[in-house]
Amino acid sequence: MIAHNLPALQVVLPLIAAPLCLLLRGSNWPWAFATLVSWAAFAISAALLSQVLDSGTISYAMGGWAPPWGIEYRVDTVNAFVLLIVSAIGAVVLPYARVSVGHEIPAERHPAFFTALLLSLTGLLGVTITGDAFNLFVFLEISSLSSYVLIALGRDRRALTASLQYLIMGTIGATFIVIGIGLLYMVTGTLNMADLAARIPAAVDSRTLLAAFAFLTVGTTLKLALFPLHSWLPNAYAYAPSVVTGFLAATATKVSVYILLRFFFTILGTKYTFERLTLEQLLIPLATVAVLVCSTVAIYQNDVKRMLAYSSVAQIGYIILGIGFVSTTGLTAAIVHLFNHAVMKGGLFLALGCVMLRVGSVRLDAFEGLGRRMPLTMFAFVLGGLSLIGVPLTVGFISKWYLVLAALEQGSWLLAIVVLVGSLLAVIYIWRVVEVAYLRPPRADAPPVTEAPISMLIPTWILIGASIYFGIDTSLTVGIAQRAAESLLGGAS
Amino acid sequence: MDIPADIPGLYNYWIVVVLMMVGFYVVISRTNLVKKIVGLNIFQTSVFILYISMGKVKGGTAPILVDHPVTYSNPLPHVLILTAIVVGVATTALGAALIVRIKEAYGTVEEDEIQAMEPDE
Repeated sequence: MIAHNLPALQVVLPLIAAPLCLLLRGSNWPWAFATLVSWAAFAISAALLSQVLDSGTISYAMGGWAPPWGIEYRVDTVNAFVLLIVSAIGAVVLPYARVSVGHEIPAERHPAFFTALLLSLTGLLGVTITGDAFNLFVFLEISSLSSYVLIALGRDRRALTASLQYLIMGTIGATFIVIGIGLLYMVTGTLNMADLAARIPAAVDSRTLLAAFAFLTVGTTLKLALFPLHSWLPNAYAYAPSVVTGFLAATATKVSVYILLRFFFTILGTKYTFERLTLEQLLIPLATVAVLVCSTVAIYQNDVKRMLAYSSVAQIGYIILGIGFVSTTGLTAAIVHLFNHAVMKGGLFLALGCVMLRVGSVRLDAFEGLGRRMPLTMFAFVLGGLSLIGVPLTVGFISKWYLVLAALEQGSWLLAIVVLVGSLLAVIYIWRVVEVAYLRPPRADAPPVTEAPISMLIPTWILIGASIYFGIDTSLTVGIAQRAAESLLGGAS
Repeated sequence: MDIPADIPGLYNYWIVVVLMMVGFYVVISRTNLVKKIVGLNIFQTSVFILYISMGKVKGGTAPILVDHPVTYSNPLPHVLILTAIVVGVATTALGAALIVRIKEAYGTVEEDEIQAMEPDE
C-alpha cells in the first residue's frame, strides 16, 4: 500500500507536515518534527530511485484519475535523481539547523521558520516529481514564496530588500513560465507532459509554439539565474540565514535546471529546441560569460558568502554549458554536476554557517587565524574549495572532466579552455580565504573562538565527505547521470 | 478604410499584450517599491485574461450538466487561473508585507534612497 503510493507521499508528507509544524510549541519540537519529516522524504526518494533503476519509469495517477485527464506524477531516472539530491540536502541541513537557527532567528519565529522550510521542500519536490505542466507552476510558486520568506528572515536588514528583489524577479520568471504553459495548452489542448510531447511535433510550424518557447526560455533561465538574469541571486544568498543559504544554494537552482531539461528535452524535444531553433547558440555564449565574468567578480568580494554566491552563478554556467553541447557526454556532465555542485556548495555554505555562529561575521577579515582556531570547520572549507576548483579526487574534478570531454568531442578547444580558466579563477578566490585563515595570525584583540558544535560539524562533514567520496567512486552518480542523459536525448527525438 | 481582422478579432489578446507591457514597464521604471508591486500585479492580471480568453468558445455557455446538448466554454483554463489568482494574491500580500518591514527598517520605500543608505560592496 505504502510502496505503491510513494510518489504521492513524497510531496504530500512535507505538505501536510508544514502546517502541523506551525502548531508545535517549545524550543526544539518544530525542529525535531521537521527533521523527521525530511528524513522520511529522503527515505521515500531513495526508495523511488531504486525502484526506477530496477523497473523503469513509474507513472502515478493522482487521486486515481487516469492521465492525461488527471494529474500524473511521473518518476524517471532524471527526476528520481533530482528528487534524491533535494531530499538528501534537506535531510542533512535540518539536523544542522537546530543550533544555527537557534542562534540566528528569534525563538518565537522557529515554528514559522520550519514551516516555511518544509513548504519550500514540498515545492521543490513537487516541481520535480510532477508530470503535469500546470502543476509544475503551482509547486514552483509554493517553493518560491516560501523561499522569499526564508530569505527575509536574515538578520541583516538588507535581507529584506534582497528578498523583495528576488520576489519581483522570481514572480516575473514564474509568470513567464505560466504564459509559456498557457500557450502550449493553446496549441495542444493538453497539460500532461507526456501528452504534450506527443502532440507538439504536429504543431512545430505554429507561431504560438514559438512564443511559448520564448517565454519558457526566459522564464526558466531567470529562475535558474543564468547570466545576465542572475542579479537576484548574490544578495539573496548573501543575506539569508546560513541554513537557508545552504539549503537553497544546493537545491533551488538545481530544480530550475531540471525544469529547463524537462521543457526543452522531454516536452519540446531536441529536434525542435536544438535542431530547428538552435537554442545552444544562445546557451553556450551566455554560459561561457557566466563562468568567466562571475568567477572574476567572485574574486573581488569581501563577503565570503557573497563570493560563494557569485561562484554559484559561475557553476550554473558550467551546467548550462554541458546542456548546450546537446550530447550524451555533455548532458551527463550537466546532470552529474547538479549533484556534485549541490554537495560541495551545500558543504561550503554550512561551513560558513559554523563561522557565522562562532565569529558572528563571514567577511573576509573575520577569517583571520581561523585555520588554527576552528580547524575542523576551516579544513572542511578547504576541501570544499578544492572541489570547487576541480582538483582530482573531488567531485568537482569529475564534472569538469566530463565537461572537457564533451567539449573536445565537438572539437571545441576554446570551450575546454574556458572550463580550465574558470577553475583557475576559482583557485584565486578560494586562495584568498585560505590565505587569511591559515597564514594570517588572529588579531591581538580578537575575542576567543572555539570550534563549532558537533551537531553542525557532522552535517557539514557529511556533505564535504560526500564531495570526496563521489569524486573517488563515481559509479553511482555518473552511472545514473549517464542513464538520465540517454533517456533525455532518446525519449525526445 | 478596412480594419485588419486581427484587431477586433483578437481584441482580448491585444488587451493582454497592453496590460502585460504596462505592468512590466511599471516594475522596471518605478523606484517606489509599492508601485513596483502594483506593476507586478497588473503584469500577472494580463495572464489571467490570457487564460480566460483561450478557454472561451463563441456562443458557449457555462459548462453545467443539462439534458439537451449545448455548446459550452472550456472550463479547464478558467479553473487553472483560479489557482494562479490565488498565487498572485499570495505574492502581492507577501510583497506588501516585505515593504512594511523595509519601511520599518529603512524609513522609506524608495529604492534609490535605500541604495544610498547601503553603499555597495
